[in-house]
Amino acid sequence: MSSGVLRRQYTIPGDDLTAAGEASSSVKKLLVQLGVDPVAIKKTAIAMYEAEINAVIHANGGAADVFISKDSITIVIKDKGPGIADVNLALQEGYSTASDKIREMGFGAGMGLPNMKRYADELDIKTEVGKGTIVTLKVYF
Amino acid sequence: MKIIDIAKILNAEVLVETEEIQKEVYSICGSDLMSDVMAYVKENVVLLTGLVSPQVIRTAEMMDIKAVVFVRGKKLPPAVIDLAREKSVIVMSTNETMFTACGKLYSSGITGRGG
Ligand SMILES: Nc1ncnc2c1ncn2[C@@H]1O[C@H](COP(=O)(O)OP(=O)(O)OP(=O)(O)O)[C@@H](O)[C@H]1O
Ligand SMILES: [Mg+2]
Repeated sequence: MSSGVLRRQYTIPGDDLTAAGEASSSVKKLLVQLGVDPVAIKKTAIAMYEAEINAVIHANGGAADVFISKDSITIVIKDKGPGIADVNLALQEGYSTASDKIREMGFGAGMGLPNMKRYADELDIKTEVGKGTIVTLKVYF
Repeated sequence: MKIIDIAKILNAEVLVETEEIQKEVYSICGSDLMSDVMAYVKENVVLLTGLVSPQVIRTAEMMDIKAVVFVRGKKLPPAVIDLAREKSVIVMSTNETMFTACGKLYSSGITGRGG
């Protein structure tokens, strides 16, 4: 990439729910250090955290690629999970395939993707059943 | 109302304390579903939950929620307390149920309006 873009990469472990959220936490910290507007930081943190949690609970982990420029942040979260058969359905508030075990951990409201849509300025989902999912989030500062 | 006043009203034990305990709060969010919490956009919020999980602390961190009250006197695993310390999130535990805790706080003047 051209100069002026800060890049960070994170692994998202699939087997450790205590660690789930560490990547989002690191990015949040970094944005605070960079002096980014607090509203943009909160939007980024929530959207990325939802995507990170989805990669953990629905896809057994993955990786996050983060690009920060002067005026925006782009986050690409990739997993090799089961994919999403019907993205439009999955984007509806309340739609969730979460198991009882996941619900006991406080997830499964079916609000994660709607929250990403609400808080990110741009959201793109590429997914293939049996292959995996790539969620790209962009927030402008 | 200050966060410290919430501890008094709910007769809650403060397990992790930061200087934010003297800060004003205008609203309470009571939920066991973290994505519902994240759909709730208000400032100066305290989270009440019956869910005991490190992800409660993570959610508070992302949302800039300064304090979490665990209801029904649940035992908190060290992992939750440690993470809260690391992320500077105030943690309290009360024996009240969610319903009673919310009721007490509402009737004490935290109505979620004008904040
Ligand atoms: N990375 C992913 N891989 C496979 N399926 C996914 C992925 N992300 C989302 N899904 C599917 O889309 C559904 C809706 O996702 P969403 O994040 O909105 O809700 P949830 O994760 O089930 O619950 P919540 O986010 O409210 O805790 C999920 O239940 C799951 O079926
Ligand atoms: Mg989700």
